[in-house]
Amino acid sequence: MVAAAVEKPRPEPIEPSTAAPGASRIRVEGVSHGFDAPSGRLEVLENVDLDVAPGEFVALLGPSGCGKSTLLRLVAGLEPAAAGTITQDGNPITRPDPSRIVVFQDPTLFPWRTVWDNVALGLQAQGILKQEKTRVDAALCKVGLEGFARSYPHQLSGGMAQRVALARALVNNPRLLILDEPLGKLDSLTRLEMQSELVSLWQKNGFSVLLVTHDVEEALFLAQRVVIFSPRPAKIVTEVRIERPYPRHRDDPCSPACGTKC
Amino acid sequence: MSSSAIAATAPLPQEAKVVSGFDRKPPSAGSAAVVEILPTAQAASAQPRPARRPHWLGFAAAAAWGLLAALTLLWPNKPAGFEDWAYTAEFGTAAAAIAVTWALLALSTSARFSLLARANAVFSRGAPWIVVSALILALWEILTAKTGALPPPFFAPPSSLIDAYANDYARLADSTYNSLKLLLEGVLWGAAVGFTVGISIGWSRAISYWVHPLLRFLGPLPPTALLPIAFFFFPSSHAASVFLIALATGFPVAILTWSGVAGVNKAYYDVARTMGASEWFLIFRVAIPAALPQVFVGLFMGFGSSFVVLIVAEMMGVKSGLGWYLTWAQGYASYVNMYAALIVMTVIFSSLISLLFAVRDRVLVWQKGIVKW
Ligand SMILES: Nc1ncnc2c1ncn2[C@@H]1O[C@H](COP(=O)(O)OP(=O)(O)OP(=O)(O)O)[C@@H](O)[C@H]1O
Ligand SMILES: [Mg+2]
Repeated sequence: MVAAAVEKPRPEPIEPSTAAPGASRIRVEGVSHGFDAPSGRLEVLENVDLDVAPGEFVALLGPSGCGKSTLLRLVAGLEPAAAGTITQDGNPITRPDPSRIVVFQDPTLFPWRTVWDNVALGLQAQGILKQEKTRVDAALCKVGLEGFARSYPHQLSGGMAQRVALARALVNNPRLLILDEPLGKLDSLTRLEMQSELVSLWQKNGFSVLLVTHDVEEALFLAQRVVIFSPRPAKIVTEVRIERPYPRHRDDPCSPACGTKC
Repeated sequence: MSSSAIAATAPLPQEAKVVSGFDRKPPSAGSAAVVEILPTAQAASAQPRPARRPHWLGFAAAAAWGLLAALTLLWPNKPAGFEDWAYTAEFGTAAAAIAVTWALLALSTSARFSLLARANAVFSRGAPWIVVSALILALWEILTAKTGALPPPFFAPPSSLIDAYANDYARLADSTYNSLKLLLEGVLWGAAVGFTVGISIGWSRAISYWVHPLLRFLGPLPPTALLPIAFFFFPSSHAASVFLIALATGFPVAILTWSGVAGVNKAYYDVARTMGASEWFLIFRVAIPAALPQVFVGLFMGFGSSFVVLIVAEMMGVKSGLGWYLTWAQGYASYVNMYAALIVMTVIFSSLISLLFAVRDRVLVWQKGIVKW
């Protein structure tokens, strides 16, 4: 009752950010991808079908090296897929776009820019920074770092840096937030804190989220749907829908049961 | 009684006291009083007292300069087969004045005036150097003017340098000006072209294909080897020198800029691209800032080789500048002037390097732990 396995990707917008205006529907259809390695072709993704409903929070779980990051890069538009189509609200994704922002495992802040300038990156790249300066301050506020605007990245802790990376993504008002193990390198306490922050940011902003994680518990805590991949070449093995209301609690009695498919 | 109280009375070694006094929080009021006594004894041993050292070093500096003044003024110069070295008395008087100044500064360590206090701070950091420089000057003066152990005219006493500067300052100033002009012209061209070339081969595969092998093949050739050809091909020796100095600066700048651009974390580009960055943005706002630390390394190397080319070019063909002055002084066997020019050169080149360090520290404030010059 609490968690339900679904046989087919048939997502419907559920819960808080239902039909959010600023959210995208992502449709991945029959996507295969691979790389040319010296030892021959390396198949990474095999016929992946995945739908993300507007405002939905989807987590991807799978063994290391199976191709999750590769899938995210394709969705972001950083690389074209070898086969299959990926669409955003019905339009094929051919190149990166500020409506789909990636937060990588490393914060990858630009060390030569202050925190403020790092967050301003997207607006500057789009040439709208002059008119939209307040959005930078607002994004810094959202992650609670308004006091560190003038600091340089080397003066931040790991958790703060990851928060800046989050602010740098949010300032673009993305319709899809792509998170590639964004909390992977944080200590467990900071991690828990950031997970709650992520949920509340998602609830407030209403974008769709595609999250890769290694941490089953994290997936269960955050996502409405968990998609599980096979080892390389990655295929979708199964999906688990988690229908627990937000804000969730780690000590919910059902937690262990959610890990297995009920 | 707690153990910290025992530590206070028992003749324990110093470390044991420090541990018991600092690491232990007073558990009760009784032992808190004991802890209060302990730190006063430890503060002196744990914290270095900076005020002590410059005090006697200040007097040492005064004494050293006084010694220099005394031996310059009181010890007659050894006759050197020509008129006596000029400016001996002035040199001695100046040394005496400096000695008095140091003595006053040393006396005023408890100064209330902020200016004096600041002078004192600078002075106390440099005090060991001030002492040693007086001793070196004294030794130099003894070996040359006083005993003639180092034979004239190849060796000249420090006092005679005043002579060179006083009598030939016009020519020296003119040479300095011409050298600086030539150097800056060449360095600016070289840095600009080298930077552009480095960015281009770092960014464009096609440009890299054609330019990179040329750079690798021709780059290591010392530009000074091209001097004779350059003087022949260029309309003026000035133009030829500018070209060679630019070459000397440009090669390391190009190579290091290129390696800087090539070494930029690819994830930076991904981040910028997902946020809608154009190619222009990727070059000017990602690649170049990320490569700047390397560019500065190239500039430092380029500066170094540009100095070599400048001086050699001026010695070989350009009819002005400090390099030319050196050969000119050699022609007249006026070694004093040569030393004077060498000192000017040292000051100028090290100032230029310091200036570059200052610019770098300004531009790269975001880097932590940059080297101090
Ligand atoms: N640019 C590339 N060129 C060649 N092979 C690549 C490239 N990028 C990824 N691969 C290969 O594709 C496979 C999947 O990589 P990917 O980064 O997508 O894995 P992942 O599922 O994200 O793993 P992890 O959970 O460890 O991050 C790996 O075997 C990797 O070696
Ligand atoms: Mg990955």
